[in-house]
Amino acid sequence: MNSVLADKRAIAILLGPALLVYTLITMVPVVWSFVLTFFKGNPLQGFDFAGIQNFQRLFTDSYVHDAFWFTVKYALLTSIGQVVLGYGLALLYMFVLKKSSSIVRTLVFFPVVLPTVAISLLYQKLFQSAPNDGLVNELLVNVGLSGVDWLGAGDTAFIVIIIMDVWRSMGFYGVLIFSGLLDIPEDIIESARMDGARFWSLFRHIILPMSLPILFASAIFSINGTVKVFDSVFALTGGGPGNSTTPLTLYMYRTAFQYSDYGYGSTIALLLTIMCLLITLLLFRSSRRDNTL
Amino acid sequence: MTTAHRPRAARGLLLTVGALSVATLALAGCAGGGSSAPEALTFLKNAENTTTEPILQALADDQCAAQEETLPLEISSVPQADLDAQVQLLASQNGLPVMFSAGGNPAEGAKLWDQGVILDLDEALTDLGVKDKIAPGAISTIEKLYGGAFNFLPFQYNIEGVFYNKALFEENGWEVPTTFDELTALSAEIQAAGYTPLSASGEQGWPLTRLISGYLFRDLGPDALKKVADGEAKLTDPEYVAAAQAIADLGAAGYFGQNVTSLDYDAATNEFLTGKAAMIYMGSWLLGNINGDGNQIGAENVGFFPYPAVEGGAGDIGQYPANVGLPATFGSKTYTPEVGEWLKCIAENYGNEAAEQGQITGFISDVEVEQNEVTATIADTIATSTDSVLWFEALFNAKASNISSTNAALLVTGQISAEEFMGLVQDALDNP
Repeated sequence: MNSVLADKRAIAILLGPALLVYTLITMVPVVWSFVLTFFKGNPLQGFDFAGIQNFQRLFTDSYVHDAFWFTVKYALLTSIGQVVLGYGLALLYMFVLKKSSSIVRTLVFFPVVLPTVAISLLYQKLFQSAPNDGLVNELLVNVGLSGVDWLGAGDTAFIVIIIMDVWRSMGFYGVLIFSGLLDIPEDIIESARMDGARFWSLFRHIILPMSLPILFASAIFSINGTVKVFDSVFALTGGGPGNSTTPLTLYMYRTAFQYSDYGYGSTIALLLTIMCLLITLLLFRSSRRDNTL
Repeated sequence: MTTAHRPRAARGLLLTVGALSVATLALAGCAGGGSSAPEALTFLKNAENTTTEPILQALADDQCAAQEETLPLEISSVPQADLDAQVQLLASQNGLPVMFSAGGNPAEGAKLWDQGVILDLDEALTDLGVKDKIAPGAISTIEKLYGGAFNFLPFQYNIEGVFYNKALFEENGWEVPTTFDELTALSAEIQAAGYTPLSASGEQGWPLTRLISGYLFRDLGPDALKKVADGEAKLTDPEYVAAAQAIADLGAAGYFGQNVTSLDYDAATNEFLTGKAAMIYMGSWLLGNINGDGNQIGAENVGFFPYPAVEGGAGDIGQYPANVGLPATFGSKTYTPEVGEWLKCIAENYGNEAAEQGQITGFISDVEVEQNEVTATIADTIATSTDSVLWFEALFNAKASNISSTNAALLVTGQISAEEFMGLVQDALDNP
């Protein structure tokens, strides 16, 4: 095997096809998109060289600022929700439900496999306010509160998006973190119990420190996914009302494909790429430190 | 392990991989190149359009059966919001279908015309001897919208105004308003009687911006928005902001009902057709619903009046907003004599088939069909109207159009001011 891997031609043959496919389907579009950031136009009308105009615009465009902060807020809150509730679920599976947790795990995991659009439609109906109240408003009215036009204002629509995406993914993080908890040696927990550790001190001093690596990896994994949110927001609110729930991905899509400005759309894509790159670097650094990945 | 000692085999493998890559690239390059003679009459339309397909299918089964034999009709749909982008991508790849609908923004359709990828229907229909089958009013509307040329077929031809519940009006002694102030006063009475005065979909946005443009045309004259498009006026000018303010005031008074932001198109229509709302501003395409089974108030109880005048305004109540819906056109590169035969057959028969199905289009119809009062009123108005106006977003770019419709609900719910709304749209016009 060593002789094979020492031969450069063998390495070229083994790596060549995968590298070629990767280059064609990933690197070529990335480089192409980067080149487009210096142009203005679209495939139909052609492209004009725009120098650094697109970058200048990126810093002065209030829609980019709004979309950037929406993306950051959404990514942070959703990731916290997904990981914290996922951790809660994992602890529930591990210490409360134990061997009978499989049915609950399956039920909570179920939304992960549902199509995003179906979930968005479900939430539209749940939080509906016109022409008839949905289930949530019905409940509010029944307890003496007034109904809310949930998707009619940016703040409340944001809350619905967060609830929906946390609900949709927490089952996945529950299973992911549960697999990490299973790696905690049973004898350590047992000996802590024998030393008199009750639930809170057991959790605080044994379970939490030992599950930090999987928690940290889950958080990074979650943020990397939520920064690129598109489908759930697009299907639930379409970025509205106004642009109050428009993430960078949706603004990029609109700019490139609806407003026919591929150059500026690519510049927004570059901003998103840099965000993802920074998060990925963080991921690699943490994996080196913790040796978890 | 012998791999390292077989350079020939390795070279052969590398060559194979290289050849496969070249073939893949070549195939990728060829994909979408559909400008050879078409084998079917492919038609890409917006999924929301449910009226064109039944007529074309009826023609394919009957009057255009010979053409159907040569080029079978194949219809596919994409959501309206994606249609412009889809068509432009296909055009840039030389892969346009034979026939396709325009997207929501006429400016995007005009771009296709400028690039020479769509057919000059003036020339084609004159050659085929059937240009007289298209109503002159429809041709003039298309020329106003799509780059100054007759390049789209008016599969729909609509005028817009206010549909009202006649029975409710008679019962309460309400008069049809002729001025905007009367409309406002009437709305207060309707609201006091427990009905929604004006049903409108804030989720769609455009039913609200139509009210702004209506006010502008009545107040500042029919060229109010043309001046904005030409840069002679700004939406942020006080007289333009006043129009947005007038509509915002209707919203602030609650005349659009509760939670207008979340009300979608079907729900807004149903509010009117189930008698919960007394009026709805809409295009004549609503006749399909009015004459359909879902109308609980009865077609005979629906009346139609034009957008009221603004006192002291430069506009005229007889200037109806007119549009051709989402018209369809033909790709210039896929236009063959066989496609021409289809075009001729459509031009000759579409108007009559549509009339039999209860639709009003921009095609001439010479069949007598029985019409109820509201349908007849609209048909007469179209036939006798001498001047028309467009709608709020008609001359806007795609970005301004999107910003206008997505922010309209915020305007009428007081989440943004009239100045802010007009400022946002003007900014999108200035920085497309």
